[in-house]
Amino acid sequence: MKTVFAPTSGMTPVDTSYCPGCSHGIAHRIIMECLEERGALGRAIGVVPIGCAINAHHFMNVDMCESTHGRAPAIAAGIRRVHPDKLVFTYQGDGDLASIGAAEIVHAAHRGEKFTTFFINNAIYGMTGGQMAPTTLIGQRATTAVDGRTVEQAGMPLRVCEMLATIDMAVFVERVMLTNPAQVRRAKAAVHKALDIQEARKGFTFVEFLSACPTNWGYAPVDALKWVEEKMAAYYPVKNFRTVEL
Amino acid sequence: MKKRFKLEFNRDKCKGCEICVSFCPKKLLALDKEVNSKGYHPACITDQDACIGCQSCALMCPDCCISIYELEEGE
Repeated sequence: MKTVFAPTSGMTPVDTSYCPGCSHGIAHRIIMECLEERGALGRAIGVVPIGCAINAHHFMNVDMCESTHGRAPAIAAGIRRVHPDKLVFTYQGDGDLASIGAAEIVHAAHRGEKFTTFFINNAIYGMTGGQMAPTTLIGQRATTAVDGRTVEQAGMPLRVCEMLATIDMAVFVERVMLTNPAQVRRAKAAVHKALDIQEARKGFTFVEFLSACPTNWGYAPVDALKWVEEKMAAYYPVKNFRTVEL
Repeated sequence: MKKRFKLEFNRDKCKGCEICVSFCPKKLLALDKEVNSKGYHPACITDQDACIGCQSCALMCPDCCISIYELEEGE
């Protein structure tokens, strides 16, 4: 009997605290698979945010550090500077990175800090119960926008990849989505590329995952994935914004 | 000879989200009538011999519940 696919040793056996169908689980798995394939589980350090992924240090089988809200890039920058031989990453949601942590991520990119940020964009605040986030789409309902977000009241959703791609030292910026097996393979390739560039110490690397939040959106998990493909990908184009030759 | 595969589910980890069920190209997966220790109806395979080992279910599983093995002759 030959193993074709087995759960990665980068994930602990602990059951995740995520809701059924949440894309966090897929994102966790592909990041950990990439680290395992590189033989880097023993020299990776992750920094996790406030948000649904606050418990990620229970699930990811690498050394991890918990950060204050939005400040993961500042902590990761320090860790990477004193441990130049380690692979350092932050794992942040949109409520953490795009609102309270917007200054930290912009300046970490601007300084060209040599770590990788994995940004989970599900267009809503998940952990606190579905409030409007900076990334919530126009017309999308949230507990703080019960009739849907309007331009008049809340402006336009923030496109983080496009913003960071204007910064010279953000050398790798790519947006992927986790909606079908082909896209998951593409996402994994982007994670590998970002880690390659980090190891070559070229600059700041950033991967955004368009993800589903079935519970707070009020959709069944499979319908939530369709919503990502139809609605989110229309506003947040899935593509590579910047890369660098190695 | 046709390749044969064995699909194994970690029943107690499964949250019954049905994503694997919807992505199986051969429509071989379903939710079990019984519930697991969490109270969810876990995914299961209805026709083991028809699995083509494409890994679509395992790639989409958010909870690392699925293992796939290729069977050798006589197994």
